[in-house]
Amino acid sequence: MKQFEIIETPIEPQKYTDYVLHAGAGAVTVFTGHVREWTRGVRTLYLAYEAYVPMAEKKLAEIGAEMEMKWPGVKVAIAHRIGEMHISDIAVVIAVSSPHRKAAYEANEYAIERIKEVVPIWKKEIWEDGEEWIGGQKKYPEKGPEMK
Amino acid sequence: MIKVNYFARLRELTGKSDETIDQQSMTVRELLDWAETTYPGFGKETVHVAVNEEYALKEDFVHSGDICAFIPPVSGG
Repeated sequence: MKQFEIIETPIEPQKYTDYVLHAGAGAVTVFTGHVREWTRGVRTLYLAYEAYVPMAEKKLAEIGAEMEMKWPGVKVAIAHRIGEMHISDIAVVIAVSSPHRKAAYEANEYAIERIKEVVPIWKKEIWEDGEEWIGGQKKYPEKGPEMK
Repeated sequence: MIKVNYFARLRELTGKSDETIDQQSMTVRELLDWAETTYPGFGKETVHVAVNEEYALKEDFVHSGDICAFIPPVSGG
């Protein structure tokens, strides 16, 4: 495994937990994002994710660097899966360790929010009667996605 | 030659993953205008451009040899 990676095979969260665990860690938070069956009354059959892989891995690493700046002492590993995924499959794992609990929780939530803003990964929902690429219909901001 | 990559909705709209444009230099804004003209419905108002794997501003220049990517709204996580 790599510390920040896009993978096409099922995610094994334990690998990322083990990666961030060390003697100075008093807390580890592990977030896993899963494929959900129902969204606003529409039933999803499966999802298809794709990524601009080299840029996505670079952006994940940048998010990791941002987290280390904001919460000194945290250690992070992130993986996002692409390809076809079915209900309850893990699409993303974020493992964060820190000396104390609060930073591990906060940094972990920061990571998923940033992933949704800047990492070039796209999700297509496939329903019984159609399909659609998901994405906020945001207008192009003057300065592009916020670069921190 | 400028190489451009398409993803997700834009790959389906254009029917291709990538292509090259025979230009020496153009701005990101001009590149988006070219895409909108070439592929009606491109939706340039919601699409970002990455140049050599970094988000670019509309005023930035793209040069021959650069690898660009049209980035529709992302939805990872």
